[in-house]
Parts: sequence; structure tokens; C-alpha cells
Amino acid sequence: MTKLNAKIPEGPLADKWTNHKAKLRLVNPANRRKLDIIVVGTGLAGSSAASTLGELGYNVKVFCYQDSPRRAHSVAAQGGINAAKNYKNDNDSVYRLFYDMIKGGDFRAREANVYRAAEVSNLVIDHYTALGVPFARDYGGLIENRSFGGVQVSRTFYAKGQTGQQCLIGAYSALSRQIDKGTVTMYPRREMMDLVVIDGKARGIIVRNLITGEIERHSAHAVVLATGGYGTIYYLSTLALNSNGSAAWRAHKRGALFANPSFVQIHPTSIPVLNDHQCKLTLMSESLRNDGRVWVPKQKGDPRKPNEIPEDERDYYLERRYPAFGNLVPRDVASRAAKERCDAGYGVGPTGLSVYLDFRDAIQKKGRKYIEENYGNLFEMYEKITGESPYEVPMRIYPAGHYTMGGLWVDYNLMTTIPGLYAIGEANFSDHGANRLGASSLMQTSGDGYFILPYTIADYLADEIKTPKIPTSTPEFDSAEKEVKDRIQRLMSINGTETATSFHKRLGKIMWDYCGMVRNEEGLKKALGLLDELKVEFWNNLKIPDTAGELNQELEKASRVADFLELGKLMVYDALNRRESCGAHFREESQTETGEAKRDDENYSYVAAWEFAGDGNEPILHKEELKFEYVKLQERSYK
Amino acid sequence: MKVKLRIWRQKNSQSKGKFEVYELNDVAPDMSFLEMLDSLNQRLVKEGKSPVAFDHDCREGICGSCGIYINGRPHGNDHRTTTCELRMRRFKDGETITVEPWRAAAFPVVKDLVVDRSAFDKIIQAGGYISVNAGAAQDANSIPVPKHNADVAFDTASCIGCGACVAACKNASAMLFVAAKITHLAQFPQGRVEAPERVKRMVAKMDELGFGSCTNTRACEAECPKGISISTIAKLNREYITAKLKD
Ligand SMILES: Cc1cc2nc3c(=O)[nH]c(=O)nc-3n(C[C@H](O)[C@H](O)[C@H](O)COP(=O)(O)OP(=O)(O)OC[C@H]3O[C@@H](n4cnc5c(N)ncnc54)[C@H](O)[C@@H]3O)c2cc1C
Ligand code: SF4
Ligand code: FES
Repeated sequence: MTKLNAKIPEGPLADKWTNHKAKLRLVNPANRRKLDIIVVGTGLAGSSAASTLGELGYNVKVFCYQDSPRRAHSVAAQGGINAAKNYKNDNDSVYRLFYDMIKGGDFRAREANVYRAAEVSNLVIDHYTALGVPFARDYGGLIENRSFGGVQVSRTFYAKGQTGQQCLIGAYSALSRQIDKGTVTMYPRREMMDLVVIDGKARGIIVRNLITGEIERHSAHAVVLATGGYGTIYYLSTLALNSNGSAAWRAHKRGALFANPSFVQIHPTSIPVLNDHQCKLTLMSESLRNDGRVWVPKQKGDPRKPNEIPEDERDYYLERRYPAFGNLVPRDVASRAAKERCDAGYGVGPTGLSVYLDFRDAIQKKGRKYIEENYGNLFEMYEKITGESPYEVPMRIYPAGHYTMGGLWVDYNLMTTIPGLYAIGEANFSDHGANRLGASSLMQTSGDGYFILPYTIADYLADEIKTPKIPTSTPEFDSAEKEVKDRIQRLMSINGTETATSFHKRLGKIMWDYCGMVRNEEGLKKALGLLDELKVEFWNNLKIPDTAGELNQELEKASRVADFLELGKLMVYDALNRRESCGAHFREESQTETGEAKRDDENYSYVAAWEFAGDGNEPILHKEELKFEYVKLQERSYK
Repeated sequence: MKVKLRIWRQKNSQSKGKFEVYELNDVAPDMSFLEMLDSLNQRLVKEGKSPVAFDHDCREGICGSCGIYINGRPHGNDHRTTTCELRMRRFKDGETITVEPWRAAAFPVVKDLVVDRSAFDKIIQAGGYISVNAGAAQDANSIPVPKHNADVAFDTASCIGCGACVAACKNASAMLFVAAKITHLAQFPQGRVEAPERVKRMVAKMDELGFGSCTNTRACEAECPKGISISTIAKLNREYITAKLKD
């Protein structure tokens, strides 16, 4: 248990980062040029880190699997990015933002990290604005804010419903500038296959060139993982299809602890599964619940069209169960309630796995024009996909895997338990506890990359200025490369009958059924067995066509699914261990008489950080106790 | 529903490609075009055949990865729609659908429907940015930007870099893509500082990379899934002439 030192600085909460920065060592500009840094990922976290390190004069190499860094999954974020600017004069502050995040995370995040994320949020907005990100403005030419996710202030900066796209284009332009200057070298269409550790320090990565299939070695003095979340483990999710957990998983197998892997946010309002071929669930912004009413028929399997079902035969179950908050209960509560109705047989649509989100009353009361102005683009998007107009018939929605709060364990410096290996953005675990508040991921990914990592990594690199370029001819590179090649060879030579996609679907179903919105001891134990069986079947009956020496998208998928099969098991171990309900993690055994989540602060007020103990062995749990010095632990209730 | 697919198959950038015909009998109208291709690929893999390679990621029209020439039009027939957003209900039962990669000298085919669009990244690297280091910015509200300019910036920054404009153009010109970026950055006071250099460098880079010249056919605007307006090209031309006059 001595392994985990979060390195949280001493002193009052509001001074910790300032005091810490003053103590962090520096690297002088002449030495920076001699230091190589690898950044994997070009989302808001990776692009921001890479461009900033380039600006500082380090020698940076950046990797992503897409054909261009501009396409990273961050591009799909819709709603907005938070900051504590208090532009609305509604008495917002760094402290209030910090407090909302800690509470939203159901008291399972580190106070010091969250406070710092709130503290640097304003700098992020300044920087994006300077880069030309067109945040919404009012007629006076100043920036507009809106409120988001139930908080009482308006602190969300946004660019219509595509804030992530606009921010990423800004971050990408700054990255492009450094590529132009030669401080950053970009390696697109590369997939990180393994981490290389030499004398206990992260010194490089092994990547597969996705066009030629070549296995390449890249070395550096430090490695930064900004590889995003692993929500695609459920197969169907709101994430980009190729998002994966492989980079983090490889690092975990090389010694980096993985924290709170089972903390996954399931978003309540996504377009549901329409057919068996569906590969993705498109998000419908949470703002729709301001005017839409959620219901299912009172009669099981009611064959009538929704508009034919009279008022008294409809069950507005959120309003029934949560009279105080009604349709506006938080994400986790709304998701669980929808699942409960569908599991009980009241779900609607061809699969029975969806509920209605009805705008009839709002259209009657506020007029169609109001609805158009507020939700027009979402209604259009919905109609494009389903062929139905939500002006005429209620939307059908269902919860979907959306964001992973869990990730690689990092200390206050964002360093993992492998010296020289950093994890930033959604890939780490640090700022969102057991549930993430809306618009706080873009804020954290960008803060990590622009204003935190560039400072903390210097402290580590200050010891490396005498280390010459790391050669890629060492035995550690040899053996890592050989392991990667052997693994690819094994995957290619199975020559069974089932596709990677079909295994992924089956894996997703196990995870969704037993380690999704609702978990219990029995189901989780069952999942362990099912995952073992599926893994054996995968390695005996997978089919990949063509060769490994060319563009082979089936091989890419198979390699990610192979890692997911192992990561899935770790998620289940974590969910089994945590016999409390908190945030998005709902253990049926731990609920109040009325079926609400019940936290157990006495026994579970810790970060569960798992150590890899060899293939087939149970992982080892390390606990980082969470101390709350500045906020008081409270119960959440929405009745 | 049933469809007959004529798909361009090409093993790699060196080899010569050709059309192959595939028939699918169980296409659901709800499926997206790419889900339809997914289902074809599942079948091909099971039959031990090579699946059709195509680029994709977000599958909701925002990342710009996808891009297929469908029945002679980039991203297919639907207005303002990317390939991944296109639904099979837009096709007729029994229809023959021709499926090809982008065709442009500056976008060489990598495999099947996958092309190399790195030329777009190189154009952006040639000045498609505002030079400001992290930490150097002033308070975001210290420079008011008229709402109109902010809206224009938003619309033009909505370009997803898919390349449909190039694929649509008989000259394979990248003017709409470049003009969108020039117009975007021109909306801000801080973006004006480098404007002359930016437009000269980006245009020179575009020419160097083998994109054709613009002859105002407006095909790009008609096919752009994000509705980038051709008026941006007029803006680019004005910026270019002003910059050249200063030389
Ligand atoms: C539909 C949707 C809407 C959202 N809306 C919001 C919102 O409004 N506000 C908000 O704050 N958050 C939102 N989120 C969450 C937020 O978008 C993400 O958490 C955030 O963008 C993650 O950024 P990142 O930089 O950490 O990773 P990503 O943007 O996911 O980038 C990951 C990068 O890593 C690379 N990569 C991954 N694995 C490998 C590998 N093995 N080898 C090489 N490269 C690799 C990828 O190529 C990519 O460049 C939303 C999420 C979704 C799904
Ligand atoms: S201008 Fe339109 S068509 Fe061209 S790359 Fe941008 S989004 Fe695609
Ligand atoms: S896959 Fe992202 S735009 Fe089509």
C-alpha cells in the first residue's frame, strides 16, 4: 500500500497549485531542444500538450490513429466547456466550480486536483479565444454563457451544438503551427501497440503503421498518453467507433496502476438501437429534458402508436418517482429509471429498449417556434437518423455508454506509477470522481495539456538533461517489438470463423448486462466467468482476412477487442470490490428503501487503483484514501 | 430491401483498381450507408474474402473521416449530409449503387475507398493558424467581436476537412477548403496581423501540392456537407490581391 503517493502539495487548497509551481524545477531553453517527448493522442488533451511542449522548445513526436489529428474524438463534443469566469456576474467562482465538480462526482475525486482544474479553466477559455475559437457572443460582441447540467450558475462556454469541433480546430491549428516550425513531428495513422520501459522508466513506444503494417520503434525521455476513454467497450456507445482502451491497457500491463475502472457514465438520452447492424448510438443533448416529458405506456407491449395512447394510460415514471426534480433528475438517475421500465417489459419501439421523450405538451404550451429555436438542429439530426419528426411523434431514447471517469492512476503531477509516463485527459482518472458533470471534460482535457502537464513534466525532465537520446536498439525495444509481432502473428493465425466485430458485440452485451447501469454481486461474478469463456473462444475462433503487412482494419479491430476482453475483467473486479453505490456506480445491494443509491463513506472513500499481476491472475488492489478537508460529505437526493 | 453495389477495389496505391459487384439482400432502411458496408464486410470476412476498406470514426458527421463517392456524387445524393449520416432509406429497393473513392491527384488512393488527404494538413501547416502561445492570451472578453463576425467564424470553422469539395470539382481545386480557413481567421482582430502572409503561403502550398485552379463552377458548394459558402472564395481572392499589392 505504500506504492501510491499522490504528491498532493501542503497548504491551503487555494494555494496548493501556486506553491507547487514555485517548487517545480525548470529546464532551460537550450536543454529543452535535446529532450524528446512522445505524446500519444491528438484530442484536446494531446493536441494541447503537444503544441505547448513544442512552443516551449522540446522535441515532440505526436501519434494518432486517424489520418489527421483534427479528427480525434474530442471533435464530437456538443454542449460546451466550463470555466469560472463569472462573466454573468452570478457569483460564480473557482471555489464554486470546484465544489460542483466534487459534489457531482459524488465525493470520489481528489480535492486538490479538482480545485486546480477549476483554477486553470479561465486560462483555457482565454487561449481558445485567442486562437480564434468562435464561442457564442451576444450583440455587444462579448461572450455568452449558458447553464448546464443542473448547476445554479451560467458558466458554460459554447459554440452552438459543436463546441468540441470548434475547440479541436483551434487546438489543431496551434499544433499545425508547431509542426510548421519543426518542433513537433506528426505521425498519423499509427496505433500504439506497447510501451517500452527501460530501467523502470517509460522510454518509448512500439507502434503499428496502419497503412503499411510496419512495426516501428520510437524513443523519448518521457511519454504522455492522451488516448481518451474506453466507453466503446460496450460496443454500442456515443463515442467515435475506433476509440479504444489499448494504449492505457498496454501501459497497465507494463506496470501503470489503473484507477476506478468501473466508473462509467451512462448518458440517458441517446437515440436507441434501431436494428442489429447498428454500430453507434448518437447522443441527443441533455438539454432536451428541459421541455420533453419522459414516459412509457402503462400497458406492457402496448401495440398502439404513441399518439393514440390516451393521457391516463401513460406512465410518466420520472415525474411519478421523483416529483421534486421530475424529468430533470441527474444523468445516472434518469438512466437507471429508463432501464428499470424497459427491463420490466414496458419499453417501446421494435426492440422494446427505448422510452418516449415527448414534446407534445411543450409545443402546445410554448409553440413550435420556441421548440425550433431551442432544439431545431437536434430535431433535424434525430429525423435524419430515424426518419421520424419529433414535432409529430415523440422521440425514442435510451441510455448509452458515454464517458469513462476511470483511467490510469496519476499523481498530482499527472504522472502514472511508471516514472516518465504521464496520462492526461479522459485517459486518466483524476478529476471526475464517480460521475462527470456536463462540460467539464473539455475543460479538464485542455487544462491538463495547456497549463498543467507542461509545468509538471519539466520537473521530471530536469533530471534527464544529461541523458542522451534514447537508442531504439536496446534489448527492451527488441523484446517489446518481438512481443507485439508475436501477438499480431497469433491473432492472424487463429483462422477461425467469427469476426472481431461479432466478438465485440458479445463482449459489449456482457459488460452492458452485468457491469453497466446497475450491478450486483451475482451478476458480476457471472460476468467474470462469461468473460473468461469469451476470451478463450476469441483466441480460438477469430477470423482476420488478408495479411498484417498492409492496411487491415479487421486486424486493428481484433487487437483492440483482445485488450477490451482483459480490461472488461478489470472493470468487473473493480465493481465487485466496491460494495457501495456512488455516482454512476450503482450496486443493487447498496440502496435506500426507496431504491436510491447509497454511498458508504466509512468503507469506500478511496480511489481503487489496480496493479496488473500477470495474465490470468487476480489484479492487486491499492487504495488511495480520499481526504475531504474543504467540503462536507453529503447525501444526494432528488425526491 | 435489396441493393447491388459496384465498388471500387484497389489493393494499394501502386496497384490498378477495378469495380467489383456485390449484392445485398437484407438491407434495413434504417441502416446508415456505412452500416450497410459494415454488413457487407462481415459477410466478406466470413467468406474469407478481403473486406472493403473505408475511413470512418465518429459516424455522426463531425470528424470528416468518411468520404465516399456515391453514384457520382461526393457523400451521395442528400443535401448537407456526410457519408456516415446517409441512410439506406434514401435508396430504392433493387437499386444499383456505384461506390468510389475521392478522385484527385492530390488525394492518392491508399486502398479501396481510403485516400490520403494529408495535403489538407500541409495547407493548414502553411499558416492556417493564429500565432499565439499558450499563456500569452489576454482575457477572452478584452476584445469584443461583433456577433456577425463570430457567426461567420463559426460557419467557416465548421469545415470538417472531408475533401468533398475537391472531389466534386472537375479541376480538383481545394479553394473552398482554403477559403473557409482564410475567412474564419479573418473575422478576429488578432487574426488580421498575419493575414497577408497567411493567404500567400496557403495558396502557394495549395498550388504546390497539385490541387487544380478554381473556375467558379460552384460544384464544391453544392456538395459541401457543412454548407460552406462559395462567398468565402471571393473573400479569399480579395485577401490575396490585397496581400500581393503590398509586396
Ligand atoms: C457525443 C459526446 C459528446 C460530448 N460532449 C461533451 C461536452 O459537451 N462537454 C464536455 O466537456 N465533454 C463532452 N464529452 C466528453 C469529451 O468529448 C471527451 O471526454 C474528451 O473530448 C476526451 O478528450 P481526450 O483528448 O482525452 O481524448 P480523445 O479526444 O478521445 O482523443 C484520443 C486520441 O488518442 C488517439 N489514440 C487512442 N488510442 C490510440 C492508440 N492506441 N494509438 C495511437 N493513438 C491513439 C486517438 O487517435 C485520438 O487522437 C462528450 C463525449 C461524447 C461521446
Ligand atoms: S469545405 Fe466542405 S467539402 Fe470541403 S473539406 Fe470543408 S467540409 Fe468538406
Ligand atoms: S465518420 Fe465522422 S464524419 Fe463521417
